[in-house]
Amino acid sequence: MSDEEDIILSELSDDELVPQMHDDLYDGLKEEIEESVNILLERGWQPYDVLTKALVEGMRIVGIDFRDGILFVPEVLLAANAMKGGMAILKPLLAETGAPRLGNMVIGTVKGDIHDIGKNLVTMMMEGAGFEVVDLGINNPVENYIEALESGEFDILGMSALLTTTMPYMKVVIDTMVEKGMRDDYTVLVGGAPLNEEFGKAIGADAYCRDAAVAVETAKEFMAKKHNQMSA
Amino acid sequence: MLVDDHTLTEEGLDARGGDPARVLVLACGALAREILALFKINKWDHMDLTCLPAKYHLYPEKIVDAVEQAVAKHCETYSQIFIAYADCGTGGLLQAKCEELGVEMIAGPHCYSFFEGNEVFAQTSEDEITAFYLTDFLVKQFDAFIMKPMGLDRHPELRDMYFGNYTKMVYQAQTNDPALDAKAVECAAKLGLPLERRFTGYGDLQAALAEIKAPD
Ligand code: B12
Repeated sequence: MSDEEDIILSELSDDELVPQMHDDLYDGLKEEIEESVNILLERGWQPYDVLTKALVEGMRIVGIDFRDGILFVPEVLLAANAMKGGMAILKPLLAETGAPRLGNMVIGTVKGDIHDIGKNLVTMMMEGAGFEVVDLGINNPVENYIEALESGEFDILGMSALLTTTMPYMKVVIDTMVEKGMRDDYTVLVGGAPLNEEFGKAIGADAYCRDAAVAVETAKEFMAKKHNQMSA
Repeated sequence: MLVDDHTLTEEGLDARGGDPARVLVLACGALAREILALFKINKWDHMDLTCLPAKYHLYPEKIVDAVEQAVAKHCETYSQIFIAYADCGTGGLLQAKCEELGVEMIAGPHCYSFFEGNEVFAQTSEDEITAFYLTDFLVKQFDAFIMKPMGLDRHPELRDMYFGNYTKMVYQAQTNDPALDAKAVECAAKLGLPLERRFTGYGDLQAALAEIKAPD
Protein backbone atom coordinates (compact mmCIF):
# COMPACT_ATOMS: atom_id res chain seq x y z
CA MET A 1 0.00 0.00 0.00
CA SER A 2 2.72 2.44 0.97
CA ASP A 3 6.07 3.02 -0.61
CA GLU A 4 8.06 3.47 2.52
CA GLU A 5 11.48 4.33 1.26
CA ASP A 6 13.38 4.83 4.48
CA ILE A 7 10.63 6.33 6.59
CA ILE A 8 11.97 7.06 10.04
CA LEU A 9 9.00 6.39 12.26
CA SER A 10 10.22 8.42 15.22
CA GLU A 11 10.50 11.51 13.04
CA LEU A 12 6.82 11.43 12.08
CA SER A 13 4.35 13.61 13.93
CA ASP A 14 1.46 11.88 15.68
CA ASP A 15 -0.81 12.87 12.81
CA GLU A 16 1.52 11.18 10.36
CA LEU A 17 2.47 8.21 12.48
CA VAL A 18 -1.06 6.90 13.07
CA PRO A 19 -1.94 6.62 9.35
CA GLN A 20 1.53 5.17 8.80
CA MET A 21 0.66 2.50 11.37
CA HIS A 22 -2.55 1.75 9.48
CA ASP A 23 -0.41 1.22 6.36
CA ASP A 24 2.13 -0.90 8.25
CA LEU A 25 -0.65 -3.07 9.67
CA TYR A 26 -2.10 -3.44 6.19
CA ASP A 27 1.33 -4.57 4.99
CA GLY A 28 1.76 -6.90 7.96
CA LEU A 29 4.92 -5.22 9.24
CA LYS A 30 5.14 -6.48 12.80
CA GLU A 31 8.41 -4.85 13.82
CA GLU A 32 7.35 -1.46 12.53
CA ILE A 33 4.09 -1.73 14.45
CA GLU A 34 5.89 -2.64 17.65
CA GLU A 35 8.27 0.28 17.18
CA SER A 36 5.43 2.72 16.52
CA VAL A 37 3.45 1.52 19.53
CA ASN A 38 6.47 2.23 21.71
CA ILE A 39 6.95 5.65 20.13
CA LEU A 40 3.37 6.68 20.88
CA LEU A 41 3.64 5.39 24.45
CA GLU A 42 6.85 7.37 24.94
CA ARG A 43 5.05 10.43 23.68
CA GLY A 44 2.59 9.99 26.51
CA TRP A 45 -0.30 8.36 24.64
CA GLN A 46 -2.72 6.34 26.72
CA PRO A 47 -2.39 2.62 25.91
CA TYR A 48 -6.12 2.50 25.20
CA ASP A 49 -5.78 5.27 22.58
CA VAL A 50 -2.87 3.52 20.90
CA LEU A 51 -4.94 0.37 20.79
CA THR A 52 -8.13 1.85 19.39
CA LYS A 53 -6.87 4.67 17.17
CA ALA A 54 -3.85 2.93 15.69
CA LEU A 55 -4.28 -0.85 15.91
CA VAL A 56 -8.02 -1.51 15.97
CA GLU A 57 -8.71 1.14 13.35
CA GLY A 58 -5.96 -0.32 11.15
CA MET A 59 -7.42 -3.80 11.42
CA ARG A 60 -10.86 -2.43 10.66
CA ILE A 61 -9.53 -1.23 7.31
CA VAL A 62 -7.94 -4.64 6.68
CA GLY A 63 -11.28 -6.27 7.52
CA ILE A 64 -13.14 -4.13 5.00
CA ASP A 65 -10.71 -4.96 2.21
CA PHE A 66 -10.90 -8.67 3.08
CA ARG A 67 -14.68 -8.53 2.95
CA ASP A 68 -14.51 -6.77 -0.42
CA GLY A 69 -12.13 -9.36 -1.84
CA ILE A 70 -9.17 -6.97 -2.15
CA LEU A 71 -7.13 -8.89 0.43
CA PHE A 72 -7.07 -12.66 0.92
CA VAL A 73 -6.22 -14.91 3.85
CA PRO A 74 -2.40 -14.50 4.04
CA GLU A 75 -2.59 -10.71 4.12
CA VAL A 76 -5.12 -10.91 6.93
CA LEU A 77 -2.90 -13.35 8.82
CA LEU A 78 0.14 -11.10 8.45
CA ALA A 79 -1.81 -8.06 9.58
CA ALA A 80 -3.17 -9.98 12.55
CA ASN A 81 0.37 -11.02 13.43
CA ALA A 82 1.53 -7.44 13.36
CA MET A 83 -1.38 -6.35 15.53
CA LYS A 84 -0.61 -9.16 17.95
CA GLY A 85 2.89 -7.78 18.34
CA GLY A 86 1.50 -4.38 19.25
CA MET A 87 -1.14 -5.86 21.56
CA ALA A 88 1.50 -7.80 23.48
CA ILE A 89 3.12 -4.50 24.44
CA LEU A 90 -0.17 -2.84 25.31
CA LYS A 91 -1.94 -5.63 27.19
CA PRO A 92 -0.18 -5.32 30.56
CA LEU A 93 -0.45 -1.53 30.37
CA LEU A 94 -4.16 -1.58 29.57
CA ALA A 95 -5.00 -3.34 32.80
CA GLU A 96 -2.88 -0.88 34.82
CA THR A 97 -4.38 2.20 33.21
CA GLY A 98 -7.97 1.15 33.80
CA ALA A 99 -9.03 0.79 30.18
CA PRO A 100 -12.77 0.10 29.82
CA ARG A 101 -13.86 -3.52 30.36
CA LEU A 102 -16.99 -4.31 28.44
CA GLY A 103 -17.61 -7.94 29.29
CA ASN A 104 -16.29 -11.49 29.28
CA MET A 105 -16.43 -14.01 26.47
CA VAL A 106 -15.67 -17.68 25.84
CA ILE A 107 -14.85 -18.56 22.23
CA GLY A 108 -13.89 -21.74 20.40
CA THR A 109 -14.07 -23.62 17.10
CA VAL A 110 -16.55 -26.51 17.30
CA LYS A 111 -15.85 -30.25 17.36
CA GLY A 112 -14.51 -31.73 14.13
CA ASP A 113 -13.25 -28.39 12.87
CA ILE A 114 -9.72 -27.09 13.18
CA HIS A 115 -10.04 -23.86 11.19
CA ASP A 116 -9.00 -21.08 13.54
CA ILE A 117 -7.89 -18.00 11.58
CA GLY A 118 -11.29 -16.31 11.72
CA LYS A 119 -11.82 -17.22 15.36
CA ASN A 120 -8.42 -15.84 16.31
CA LEU A 121 -9.19 -12.62 14.51
CA VAL A 122 -12.50 -12.27 16.33
CA THR A 123 -10.71 -12.92 19.63
CA MET A 124 -8.20 -10.21 18.92
CA MET A 125 -10.76 -7.62 17.85
CA MET A 126 -12.97 -8.40 20.86
CA GLU A 127 -9.95 -7.94 23.12
CA GLY A 128 -9.15 -4.74 21.27
CA ALA A 129 -12.66 -3.51 21.99
CA GLY A 130 -12.30 -4.18 25.70
CA PHE A 131 -13.65 -7.69 26.17
CA GLU A 132 -11.84 -10.32 28.20
CA VAL A 133 -11.74 -13.44 26.04
CA VAL A 134 -11.04 -17.04 26.99
CA ASP A 135 -10.09 -18.90 23.80
CA LEU A 136 -10.75 -22.64 23.91
CA GLY A 137 -8.96 -23.23 20.61
CA ILE A 138 -10.16 -25.78 18.05
CA ASN A 139 -12.16 -29.02 17.92
CA ASN A 140 -14.26 -28.38 21.03
CA PRO A 141 -16.89 -30.85 22.23
CA VAL A 142 -19.87 -29.42 24.08
CA GLU A 143 -18.33 -30.27 27.47
CA ASN A 144 -15.51 -27.78 26.89
CA TYR A 145 -17.89 -24.91 26.31
CA ILE A 146 -20.08 -25.75 29.29
CA GLU A 147 -17.13 -26.23 31.62
CA ALA A 148 -15.56 -22.95 30.55
CA LEU A 149 -18.80 -21.00 30.96
CA GLU A 150 -19.35 -22.50 34.40
CA SER A 151 -15.81 -21.70 35.48
CA GLY A 152 -16.29 -17.93 35.70
CA GLU A 153 -18.46 -14.91 35.09
CA PHE A 154 -19.11 -14.83 31.36
CA ASP A 155 -21.53 -12.82 29.27
CA ILE A 156 -20.95 -14.15 25.77
CA LEU A 157 -20.34 -17.51 24.11
CA GLY A 158 -18.83 -17.43 20.63
CA MET A 159 -18.65 -20.45 18.35
CA SER A 160 -16.85 -20.72 15.02
CA ALA A 161 -17.26 -23.31 12.21
CA LEU A 162 -15.92 -23.31 8.65
CA LEU A 163 -17.18 -26.70 7.54
CA THR A 164 -20.70 -27.60 6.45
CA THR A 165 -20.26 -30.81 8.41
CA THR A 166 -19.38 -29.07 11.68
CA MET A 167 -21.74 -26.10 11.72
CA PRO A 168 -24.72 -28.18 12.95
CA TYR A 169 -22.71 -28.98 16.08
CA MET A 170 -23.38 -25.45 17.28
CA LYS A 171 -26.97 -26.51 17.81
CA VAL A 172 -25.81 -29.39 20.00
CA VAL A 173 -24.06 -26.87 22.24
CA ILE A 174 -27.03 -24.51 22.36
CA ASP A 175 -29.48 -27.34 23.03
CA THR A 176 -27.29 -28.57 25.88
CA MET A 177 -27.27 -25.06 27.36
CA VAL A 178 -31.07 -25.06 27.17
CA GLU A 179 -31.28 -28.45 28.89
CA LYS A 180 -29.04 -27.21 31.66
CA GLY A 181 -31.18 -24.11 32.10
CA MET A 182 -28.24 -21.83 31.36
CA ARG A 183 -29.03 -20.67 27.82
CA ASP A 184 -30.60 -17.38 28.88
CA ASP A 185 -27.60 -16.41 30.99
CA TYR A 186 -25.48 -15.86 27.89
CA THR A 187 -25.47 -14.13 24.55
CA VAL A 188 -24.55 -16.71 21.92
CA LEU A 189 -22.77 -15.38 18.84
CA VAL A 190 -21.87 -17.65 15.92
CA GLY A 191 -19.73 -17.15 12.84
CA GLY A 192 -17.69 -18.72 10.05
CA ALA A 193 -17.82 -18.36 6.29
CA PRO A 194 -20.48 -21.02 5.44
CA LEU A 195 -22.96 -19.75 8.05
CA ASN A 196 -25.66 -17.22 7.43
CA GLU A 197 -28.29 -15.27 9.32
CA GLU A 198 -30.98 -17.85 8.73
CA PHE A 199 -28.82 -20.65 10.09
CA GLY A 200 -28.03 -18.61 13.20
CA LYS A 201 -31.74 -18.15 13.85
CA ALA A 202 -32.56 -21.79 13.14
CA ILE A 203 -30.13 -23.11 15.75
CA GLY A 204 -31.22 -20.61 18.38
CA ALA A 205 -28.16 -18.35 18.51
CA ASP A 206 -28.65 -14.71 19.46
CA ALA A 207 -26.80 -13.52 16.38
CA TYR A 208 -24.77 -14.57 13.38
CA CYS A 209 -21.84 -12.23 12.74
CA ARG A 210 -20.40 -11.90 9.26
CA ASP A 211 -17.01 -10.68 10.43
CA ALA A 212 -14.98 -9.53 13.41
CA ALA A 213 -16.15 -5.92 13.16
CA VAL A 214 -19.79 -7.01 13.21
CA ALA A 215 -18.99 -9.36 16.11
CA VAL A 216 -17.66 -6.43 18.17
CA GLU A 217 -20.64 -4.19 17.37
CA THR A 218 -23.11 -6.98 18.10
CA ALA A 219 -21.42 -7.86 21.38
CA LYS A 220 -21.49 -4.22 22.45
CA GLU A 221 -25.20 -3.96 21.64
CA PHE A 222 -26.04 -7.04 23.68
CA MET A 223 -23.96 -5.80 26.61
CA ALA A 224 -25.74 -2.45 26.50
CA LYS A 225 -29.12 -4.20 26.49
CA LYS A 226 -28.04 -6.35 29.41
CA HIS A 227 -27.01 -3.32 31.45
CA ASN A 228 -30.25 -1.53 30.69
CA GLN A 229 -32.23 -4.56 31.82
CA MET A 230 -30.23 -4.81 35.02
CA SER A 231 -30.70 -1.15 35.90
CA ALA A 232 -34.40 -1.14 34.94
CA MET B 1 -6.76 -33.90 -23.22
CA LEU B 2 -8.80 -30.78 -23.82
CA VAL B 3 -7.17 -28.14 -21.64
CA ASP B 4 -4.36 -27.85 -19.13
CA ASP B 5 -4.76 -27.73 -15.35
CA HIS B 6 -3.93 -24.05 -15.17
CA THR B 7 -6.84 -23.20 -17.45
CA LEU B 8 -9.15 -25.45 -15.43
CA THR B 9 -8.13 -23.58 -12.30
CA GLU B 10 -8.47 -20.06 -13.64
CA GLU B 11 -11.07 -20.21 -16.38
CA GLY B 12 -12.83 -23.54 -16.38
CA LEU B 13 -13.93 -25.30 -19.53
CA ASP B 14 -16.56 -24.35 -22.08
CA ALA B 15 -18.96 -26.91 -23.47
CA ARG B 16 -18.94 -27.28 -27.21
CA GLY B 17 -22.20 -26.60 -28.97
CA GLY B 18 -25.18 -27.93 -27.10
CA ASP B 19 -27.75 -30.52 -27.90
CA PRO B 20 -31.16 -31.09 -26.32
CA ALA B 21 -30.68 -34.83 -26.75
CA ARG B 22 -27.66 -34.77 -24.46
CA VAL B 23 -27.07 -34.05 -20.77
CA LEU B 24 -24.73 -31.27 -19.69
CA VAL B 25 -22.56 -31.92 -16.66
CA LEU B 26 -21.71 -28.56 -15.09
CA ALA B 27 -18.72 -29.21 -12.87
CA CYS B 28 -16.00 -27.70 -10.72
CA GLY B 29 -12.81 -27.42 -12.80
CA ALA B 30 -11.08 -29.60 -10.21
CA LEU B 31 -13.22 -32.53 -11.42
CA ALA B 32 -12.81 -32.10 -15.18
CA ARG B 33 -10.25 -34.83 -15.79
CA GLU B 34 -11.98 -37.29 -13.52
CA ILE B 35 -15.33 -36.74 -15.20
CA LEU B 36 -13.88 -37.03 -18.70
CA ALA B 37 -12.14 -40.23 -17.61
CA LEU B 38 -15.45 -41.61 -16.34
CA PHE B 39 -17.20 -40.68 -19.61
CA LYS B 40 -14.56 -42.66 -21.44
CA ILE B 41 -14.30 -45.71 -19.17
CA ASN B 42 -18.07 -46.12 -18.99
CA LYS B 43 -18.75 -45.11 -22.58
CA TRP B 44 -21.16 -42.45 -21.38
CA ASP B 45 -21.51 -40.67 -24.67
CA HIS B 46 -24.80 -38.97 -23.87
CA MET B 47 -23.08 -36.35 -21.69
CA ASP B 48 -21.09 -33.17 -22.31
CA LEU B 49 -18.92 -31.41 -19.80
CA THR B 50 -18.53 -27.76 -18.95
CA CYS B 51 -16.57 -26.44 -15.95
CA LEU B 52 -16.44 -23.41 -13.74
CA PRO B 53 -12.99 -22.24 -12.59
CA ALA B 54 -11.60 -24.60 -9.94
CA LYS B 55 -10.33 -21.61 -7.97
CA TYR B 56 -13.87 -20.92 -6.76
CA HIS B 57 -12.95 -23.59 -4.24
CA LEU B 58 -11.20 -20.80 -2.33
CA TYR B 59 -14.13 -18.41 -2.77
CA PRO B 60 -17.19 -20.59 -2.18
CA GLU B 61 -19.35 -17.48 -1.94
CA LYS B 62 -18.98 -17.20 -5.73
CA ILE B 63 -20.15 -20.71 -6.55
CA VAL B 64 -23.91 -20.32 -6.20
CA ASP B 65 -24.21 -17.29 -8.51
CA ALA B 66 -21.79 -18.80 -11.01
CA VAL B 67 -23.78 -22.03 -11.15
CA GLU B 68 -27.03 -20.13 -11.57
CA GLN B 69 -25.60 -18.08 -14.44
CA ALA B 70 -24.15 -21.14 -16.15
CA VAL B 71 -27.47 -22.98 -15.87
CA ALA B 72 -29.23 -19.96 -17.35
CA LYS B 73 -26.74 -19.91 -20.21
CA HIS B 74 -27.01 -23.59 -21.06
CA CYS B 75 -30.63 -24.44 -20.30
CA GLU B 76 -31.73 -23.30 -23.77
CA THR B 77 -29.49 -25.82 -25.51
CA TYR B 78 -29.60 -28.72 -23.06
CA SER B 79 -32.80 -30.22 -21.76
CA GLN B 80 -31.01 -31.62 -18.72
CA ILE B 81 -28.15 -30.26 -16.62
CA PHE B 82 -26.39 -32.02 -13.75
CA ILE B 83 -24.32 -30.03 -11.21
CA ALA B 84 -21.09 -31.84 -10.39
CA TYR B 85 -20.45 -30.01 -7.15
CA ALA B 86 -20.93 -31.05 -3.56
CA ASP B 87 -21.79 -28.36 -1.00
CA CYS B 88 -18.18 -27.07 -1.13
CA GLY B 89 -18.63 -24.64 1.74
CA THR B 90 -21.75 -22.90 0.48
CA GLY B 91 -23.47 -23.81 3.73
CA GLY B 92 -26.43 -25.47 2.00
CA LEU B 93 -27.04 -22.54 -0.37
CA LEU B 94 -25.98 -24.47 -3.47
CA GLN B 95 -28.40 -27.27 -2.60
CA ALA B 96 -31.18 -24.72 -2.14
CA LYS B 97 -30.34 -23.06 -5.48
CA CYS B 98 -30.30 -26.41 -7.30
CA GLU B 99 -33.70 -27.26 -5.90
CA GLU B 100 -34.99 -23.88 -7.06
CA LEU B 101 -33.53 -24.43 -10.54
CA GLY B 102 -34.78 -28.00 -10.69
CA VAL B 103 -31.35 -29.56 -11.21
CA GLU B 104 -29.58 -32.37 -9.35
CA MET B 105 -26.19 -32.09 -7.65
CA ILE B 106 -23.75 -34.44 -5.91
CA ALA B 107 -24.56 -35.30 -2.31
CA GLY B 108 -22.06 -34.58 0.44
CA PRO B 109 -19.97 -31.76 1.87
CA HIS B 110 -16.98 -31.69 -0.53
CA CYS B 111 -14.96 -33.73 -3.01
CA TYR B 112 -12.75 -35.33 -0.32
CA SER B 113 -15.92 -36.83 1.08
CA PHE B 114 -17.49 -38.08 -2.15
CA PHE B 115 -14.24 -39.51 -3.52
CA GLU B 116 -13.90 -41.55 -0.35
CA GLY B 117 -17.62 -42.29 -0.46
CA ASN B 118 -19.83 -40.04 1.68
CA GLU B 119 -20.82 -42.79 4.09
CA VAL B 120 -17.29 -44.01 4.67
CA PHE B 121 -15.97 -40.46 4.98
CA ALA B 122 -18.54 -39.57 7.62
CA GLN B 123 -17.18 -42.46 9.71
CA THR B 124 -13.46 -42.19 9.08
CA SER B 125 -13.18 -38.40 9.20
CA GLU B 126 -14.05 -38.44 12.90
CA ASP B 127 -10.72 -40.14 13.54
CA GLU B 128 -8.96 -37.94 11.01
CA ILE B 129 -9.81 -34.46 12.16
CA THR B 130 -6.18 -33.37 11.90
CA ALA B 131 -5.68 -34.72 8.37
CA PHE B 132 -5.23 -32.51 5.34
CA TYR B 133 -6.60 -34.15 2.19
CA LEU B 134 -5.30 -34.01 -1.35
CA THR B 135 -6.88 -35.37 -4.52
CA ASP B 136 -5.20 -36.04 -7.87
CA PHE B 137 -6.11 -32.55 -8.99
CA LEU B 138 -4.80 -30.92 -5.83
CA VAL B 139 -1.54 -32.83 -6.01
CA LYS B 140 -1.06 -31.51 -9.54
CA GLN B 141 -2.18 -28.00 -8.61
CA PHE B 142 -0.72 -27.90 -5.10
CA ASP B 143 1.23 -24.70 -5.66
CA ALA B 144 -1.71 -22.94 -7.32
CA PHE B 145 -4.21 -24.00 -4.64
CA ILE B 146 -2.22 -24.11 -1.43
CA MET B 147 1.24 -22.56 -1.57
CA LYS B 148 0.37 -19.45 -3.54
CA PRO B 149 -3.11 -18.44 -2.29
CA MET B 150 -2.09 -19.14 1.32
CA GLY B 151 0.98 -16.97 0.75
CA LEU B 152 3.36 -19.77 1.71
CA ASP B 153 5.52 -19.12 -1.35
CA ARG B 154 6.18 -15.57 -0.16
CA HIS B 155 5.87 -16.11 3.60
CA PRO B 156 7.00 -19.60 4.59
CA GLU B 157 6.86 -18.46 8.22
CA LEU B 158 3.05 -18.65 8.04
CA ARG B 159 3.12 -22.42 7.66
CA ASP B 160 2.54 -23.23 11.29
CA MET B 161 -0.28 -20.72 11.59
CA TYR B 162 -2.09 -22.67 8.87
CA PHE B 163 -0.92 -26.21 9.48
CA GLY B 164 0.35 -26.22 13.06
CA ASN B 165 -2.60 -28.36 14.16
CA TYR B 166 -2.34 -30.91 11.35
CA THR B 167 -0.68 -34.29 11.90
CA LYS B 168 -0.79 -35.87 8.45
CA MET B 169 -1.51 -35.43 4.79
CA VAL B 170 -3.85 -37.96 3.21
CA TYR B 171 -3.55 -38.32 -0.54
CA GLN B 172 -6.84 -39.72 -1.81
CA ALA B 173 -5.71 -41.13 -5.14
CA GLN B 174 -8.27 -41.32 -7.94
CA THR B 175 -5.80 -43.10 -10.20
CA ASN B 176 -2.62 -45.13 -9.81
CA ASP B 177 0.06 -42.86 -11.18
CA PRO B 178 3.63 -43.07 -9.87
CA ALA B 179 4.32 -39.51 -11.05
CA LEU B 180 1.50 -38.20 -8.85
CA ASP B 181 2.64 -40.34 -5.95
CA ALA B 182 6.06 -38.76 -6.20
CA LYS B 183 4.55 -35.30 -6.39
CA ALA B 184 2.40 -36.01 -3.31
CA VAL B 185 5.59 -36.83 -1.40
CA GLU B 186 6.92 -33.39 -2.34
CA CYS B 187 3.67 -31.71 -1.26
CA ALA B 188 3.78 -33.38 2.15
CA ALA B 189 7.40 -32.32 2.56
CA LYS B 190 6.49 -28.71 1.81
CA LEU B 191 4.05 -28.73 4.72
CA GLY B 192 6.29 -30.88 6.91
CA LEU B 193 3.59 -33.53 7.30
CA PRO B 194 3.82 -37.32 7.04
CA LEU B 195 2.00 -38.67 3.99
CA GLU B 196 -0.59 -41.42 3.79
CA ARG B 197 -1.75 -42.56 0.38
CA ARG B 198 -5.18 -44.07 -0.02
CA PHE B 199 -6.65 -45.25 -3.31
CA THR B 200 -10.25 -44.07 -3.50
CA GLY B 201 -10.98 -44.22 -7.20
CA TYR B 202 -13.89 -42.01 -8.20
CA GLY B 203 -16.11 -42.95 -5.26
CA ASP B 204 -19.58 -41.44 -5.24
CA LEU B 205 -18.76 -39.27 -8.27
CA GLN B 206 -18.99 -42.37 -10.42
CA ALA B 207 -22.23 -43.44 -8.75
CA ALA B 208 -23.79 -39.99 -9.14
CA LEU B 209 -22.96 -39.75 -12.85
CA ALA B 210 -24.11 -43.31 -13.46
CA GLU B 211 -27.61 -42.27 -12.40
CA ILE B 212 -27.88 -39.79 -15.25
CA LYS B 213 -29.91 -41.18 -18.10
CA ALA B 214 -30.06 -39.78 -21.61
CA PRO B 215 -33.10 -37.50 -22.10
CA ASP B 216 -35.86 -39.26 -24.04
C1 B12 C 1 -7.68 -20.96 5.09
C2 B12 C 1 -8.51 -22.22 4.89
C3 B12 C 1 -7.97 -23.41 5.37
C4 B12 C 1 -6.65 -23.49 6.14
C5 B12 C 1 -7.00 -23.33 7.64
C6 B12 C 1 -5.87 -22.83 8.50
C7 B12 C 1 -6.31 -22.51 9.88
N1 B12 C 1 -5.40 -22.60 10.79
O1 B12 C 1 -7.45 -22.17 10.15
C8 B12 C 1 -6.22 -24.92 5.75
C9 B12 C 1 -5.56 -24.82 4.38
C10 B12 C 1 -5.31 -25.64 6.71
C11 B12 C 1 -7.60 -25.57 5.59
C12 B12 C 1 -7.89 -26.90 5.86
C13 B12 C 1 -9.09 -27.51 5.54
N2 B12 C 1 -10.12 -26.94 4.90
CO1 B12 C 1 -10.28 -25.05 4.65
N3 B12 C 1 -10.48 -23.30 4.06
C14 B12 C 1 -9.77 -22.18 4.21
C15 B12 C 1 -10.42 -21.00 3.47
C16 B12 C 1 -9.71 -20.82 2.13
C17 B12 C 1 -10.43 -19.68 4.23
C18 B12 C 1 -10.89 -19.73 5.69
C19 B12 C 1 -10.30 -18.58 6.47
O2 B12 C 1 -9.41 -18.75 7.28
N4 B12 C 1 -10.72 -17.36 6.15
C20 B12 C 1 -10.18 -16.14 6.74
C21 B12 C 1 -10.96 -15.72 7.98
C22 B12 C 1 -10.49 -14.34 8.45
O3 B12 C 1 -12.32 -15.65 7.65
P1 B12 C 1 -13.43 -16.56 8.36
O4 B12 C 1 -12.83 -17.81 8.82
O5 B12 C 1 -14.63 -16.60 7.53
O6 B12 C 1 -13.75 -15.71 9.69
C23 B12 C 1 -14.43 -14.46 9.70
C24 B12 C 1 -15.95 -14.58 9.79
O7 B12 C 1 -16.45 -15.79 9.26
C25 B12 C 1 -16.27 -14.38 11.24
N5 B12 C 1 -16.18 -15.49 12.19
C26 B12 C 1 -15.49 -16.64 12.12
N6 B12 C 1 -15.61 -17.34 13.25
C27 B12 C 1 -16.37 -16.64 14.08
C28 B12 C 1 -16.83 -16.92 15.38
C29 B12 C 1 -17.64 -16.00 16.03
C30 B12 C 1 -18.08 -16.27 17.41
C31 B12 C 1 -18.04 -14.82 15.35
C32 B12 C 1 -18.91 -13.87 16.03
C33 B12 C 1 -17.59 -14.55 14.04
C34 B12 C 1 -16.76 -15.46 13.42
O8 B12 C 1 -15.30 -13.43 11.61
C35 B12 C 1 -14.04 -13.79 11.02
C36 B12 C 1 -13.16 -12.60 10.89
O9 B12 C 1 -13.72 -11.55 10.14
C37 B12 C 1 -11.88 -21.53 3.29
C38 B12 C 1 -12.66 -20.97 2.10
C39 B12 C 1 -13.23 -19.61 2.43
N7 B12 C 1 -12.98 -18.67 1.58
O10 B12 C 1 -13.87 -19.42 3.46
C40 B12 C 1 -11.63 -23.03 3.17
C41 B12 C 1 -12.75 -24.08 3.52
C42 B12 C 1 -13.52 -23.58 4.72
N8 B12 C 1 -12.01 -25.29 3.87
C43 B12 C 1 -12.59 -26.33 3.45
C44 B12 C 1 -12.10 -27.65 3.64
C45 B12 C 1 -12.90 -28.75 3.00
C46 B12 C 1 -10.95 -27.90 4.38
C47 B12 C 1 -10.30 -29.27 4.62
C48 B12 C 1 -11.21 -30.45 4.90
C49 B12 C 1 -9.49 -29.45 3.31
C50 B12 C 1 -8.54 -30.59 3.18
N9 B12 C 1 -7.94 -30.58 2.01
O11 B12 C 1 -8.33 -31.40 4.04
C51 B12 C 1 -9.38 -28.94 5.82
C52 B12 C 1 -10.17 -29.00 7.15
C53 B12 C 1 -9.69 -29.86 8.23
C54 B12 C 1 -10.53 -29.72 9.48
N10 B12 C 1 -10.85 -30.82 10.10
O12 B12 C 1 -10.92 -28.66 9.91
C55 B12 C 1 -13.86 -26.02 2.69
C56 B12 C 1 -15.14 -26.37 3.44
C57 B12 C 1 -16.13 -27.11 2.54
C58 B12 C 1 -17.35 -27.54 3.29
N11 B12 C 1 -18.26 -28.18 2.61
O13 B12 C 1 -17.50 -27.34 4.45
C59 B12 C 1 -13.66 -24.53 2.32
C60 B12 C 1 -14.95 -23.75 2.16
C61 B12 C 1 -12.87 -24.54 0.99
C62 B12 C 1 -13.58 -25.37 -0.09
N12 B12 C 1 -14.42 -24.78 -0.90
O14 B12 C 1 -13.35 -26.55 -0.19
N13 B12 C 1 -8.49 -24.68 5.20
